[in-house]
Amino acid sequence: MTPAVIDDTTLLAVLAPFAAAVVAPALTRWLKHNAAWPLALVPALIFLHFTGFIGPVSQGETFVAAKAWAPSYGVNFSVYVDGLSTLFALLISGIGTLIILYAGGYLKGHVQQGRFFSFLFLFMGSMLGLVLGNNLISLFIFWELTSITSFLLIGFDNLRAASRRAALQALLVTGGGGLALLAAFILIISATGEIEMSVLLGSPDIIKDTGLYLPIFILVLGGAFTKSAQFPFHFWLPNAMEAPTPVSAYLHSATMVKAGVYLLMRMHPLLGDTVLWTTVLPLFGGVTLLVGTVLAVRQTDLKLMLAYTTVASLGLLVMLTGTSHEKALEGAVLYLLAHSLFKGGLFMIAGTIDHEAGTRDVTKLGGLRSAMPITFAAACLAALSMSGLPPFIGFIAKEVLYYGTWGWPGAGLVVTMTAVVGNALMLVIAAAVALKPFLGPKVETPKHAHEGPVLLIAGPVVLSLTGLVLALMAHTTGQLFIGPTLSSLTGEFTQVDLHLLPTSINAPLILSLITIGLGIALYTQLDRLRGLIASVLAAIGWGPDKGFDQFVCGVVGFSGRVTRLVQTGNMQTYMIVIFVFTAIAVLLPGYLTGSFPTMPEMPEYRFYEWGILFIAVLGLIAVLVAKTRLTAIVSLGIQGFAVALIFMMFGAPDLSFTQFMVETLSVVILALVMTRLNLMPSDHRSVPAALLTGIVACAVGLGLTLTLLAITQQPFDTRLSDFFAQFSRSIAHGRNIVNVIIVDFRGFDTLGEIAVVVLAGLCVLALIRVRTKPDKTVEGSTTDAVQAQASEAR
Amino acid sequence: MRTIIFRTIAPFLTALMVLFSVFVLLRGHNEPGGGFIGGLIAASALAIFGIACGVASVRRALYFHPMSVSAFGLFLGALAGMLSFFKAQAFMTSQWLIFDLFGVEIALSTPLVFDIGVYLVVVGAIGSIALALEEREID
Repeated sequence: MTPAVIDDTTLLAVLAPFAAAVVAPALTRWLKHNAAWPLALVPALIFLHFTGFIGPVSQGETFVAAKAWAPSYGVNFSVYVDGLSTLFALLISGIGTLIILYAGGYLKGHVQQGRFFSFLFLFMGSMLGLVLGNNLISLFIFWELTSITSFLLIGFDNLRAASRRAALQALLVTGGGGLALLAAFILIISATGEIEMSVLLGSPDIIKDTGLYLPIFILVLGGAFTKSAQFPFHFWLPNAMEAPTPVSAYLHSATMVKAGVYLLMRMHPLLGDTVLWTTVLPLFGGVTLLVGTVLAVRQTDLKLMLAYTTVASLGLLVMLTGTSHEKALEGAVLYLLAHSLFKGGLFMIAGTIDHEAGTRDVTKLGGLRSAMPITFAAACLAALSMSGLPPFIGFIAKEVLYYGTWGWPGAGLVVTMTAVVGNALMLVIAAAVALKPFLGPKVETPKHAHEGPVLLIAGPVVLSLTGLVLALMAHTTGQLFIGPTLSSLTGEFTQVDLHLLPTSINAPLILSLITIGLGIALYTQLDRLRGLIASVLAAIGWGPDKGFDQFVCGVVGFSGRVTRLVQTGNMQTYMIVIFVFTAIAVLLPGYLTGSFPTMPEMPEYRFYEWGILFIAVLGLIAVLVAKTRLTAIVSLGIQGFAVALIFMMFGAPDLSFTQFMVETLSVVILALVMTRLNLMPSDHRSVPAALLTGIVACAVGLGLTLTLLAITQQPFDTRLSDFFAQFSRSIAHGRNIVNVIIVDFRGFDTLGEIAVVVLAGLCVLALIRVRTKPDKTVEGSTTDAVQAQASEAR
Repeated sequence: MRTIIFRTIAPFLTALMVLFSVFVLLRGHNEPGGGFIGGLIAASALAIFGIACGVASVRRALYFHPMSVSAFGLFLGALAGMLSFFKAQAFMTSQWLIFDLFGVEIALSTPLVFDIGVYLVVVGAIGSIALALEEREID
């Protein structure tokens, strides 16, 4: 079914958060933390806009809208609305509304709260652009924008080194993956000639038929695995918990980390269901699931426990997507929805506990149930959904995914066992997060705990209840959300029939019971389990996080060594290297082709022409025998004036005029520089060093002479000069062709050149103002820049 | 360097050179000359004045920082190219205004404005380098 074209409202919906980001700081200065209420209207309206798509999309319709961006490259700002993107857009805007409210309460009174809202909105817009992106290039740009805004949000508390490190780490890992994704998109565009996702999805075998499937597959995985924190790239996600809790709840559980899963699901019709896909994805997903849950058990910090289970959940989603089995994919979609709801809620609850009790270390918390009853209730609802217990959406998700993995003809048994162990450990964490802080005897906390304000508890309550309501209306949920999304994954219209309670005693139900039993058994042994895992990890003593540091140190050290090798700081070395390569460049082609120009016939020189040549040679000899540097510089000027005279005689008055002035100014400026530098007045190089420079100089001179001879012996193409001569007077009203070319015919070139002159002037000025220690000369930098300036003067 | 003869003659020399540079600039469209070469002449005038009478007096006489003059020249050059937008023509399409003033044909044009921009860029950039170097020599 070809997508229907819709009006630009949806494009505006993507841009609306960016507009909100602009006004947020001013509004926050005015309304303080209550600015959250009007600001939350923006995502709420976006949410409303996308609810309008639910009906048509569930009937199997799809929509596109586009605005030309760089049409000559085929780059458009375009959106594609189908089941998958509608689900994601609803999650991003819906949870976004609650997060904005939550951030209003959480950062109440923070001096930079306005900036925080701004960053959140920038992220929201980027994320919407990503999941709705139709054009591959604009999708990539939004993908990278989520990495950059995530960097800003993680590093929000920029005075702490841990924040800065975590932000940089997340940026390097996800940004590096982004580059892989760009490469994948370029391969897709060049191999298929298509740039719009909707067109590509119209012919599902288009990439598999190109022969570039393998590189595209690997590069897409590079982008998706880094973004969605798959093992061994998972380490940045727990570190990102340095961010304020609203960020963790929004980016690092519900939305951004799901971008990788989104990409895999979006590309599933194009790349999925191959041997490679069904091997690599379940493998990495399964390992990530187990590593994530095991590491989660070790933690005592509420946020870190949740972060590692997020890693595990992402692994589960990748594993399920990797099966390419319809029922397992259905489980993935259900779990995606359930996870966003319960994990977003639990993160906010962890933040509320931290905010109200002053700590989020689970060993220092207890007995908060009477002080924070509403938070406790919301925590229980979310945790039940996370544990996969009825009557919550998490339960349905678990039933369906067990059904799917159990029936997968591939490595169904292994995948099912992995899922059972992973889910049992998630139940342990869910119980630890929801029960430990609230039950048991009351523990003295750093702050006197009491219920959070409405801004803080609205989010968790709404999300937990949504998890319950969606499950109670299982049939409608299946029809409106799961079915359409599944259709996007399978590439054909699929309808889903969901039931809250299993209709018969079947394998999934038994697996669920095993999971619950195993989970409860492990929960009773939680402290011992934690100790055991900690000691095993201590025995290994190395992890990808440490590996990342070693890698970054290695790269920095390597570039330092290369820089020291190339940039010696010695002016003479620079000049010799430059001129040796110039000599090679002008001499080598002639030598290789053996086509040196023939010596031209010497014309009869008039006596004054001999005279000028004599002056030029005299100037050069004076340079060579000069006792002091200053004399050498002035003598070089003699030769320059002689050349200017030659230009004058052969009918180039403009050139000659300019040459005169440039020579004069070069001599003046060089002389000024020389007197300024603490140099020995005379040249004190050893004979071999002087000989080497002499040889290089002769080689360059010879090479340039030969090149000039070769050029002048080519037949002269007069088309350009004829054109200028003909039109200089009639079109440009000028008799001086040189000037007309400079300011009119080729004025744009000149504009670029004067921009360079201004910049070079600024740079030289900056260099002159650098105060160096008296015993250190600045010979290299200053004269280099002055010479660059002099050579710029044509 | 700062002999009494040089110090006395330098202001006149500078004034003469600057006048000459403007002449070179304006005749550029039809005779040898133009903004670039005119700018170089004016810059050397500034350098001479600086050597003779000290950089401080040059800066006083200039009033604006030479680098600002340079940047303004770039701005002027770009602006001259944009005038064509009002006639819906491509960037830097030259616009001419030719009229008689007391029987003399006066030709004003965007290339002339652009050339003045080039002149200012060169005077400013080279002049500020020369002055900065001279300044360091003194302090």
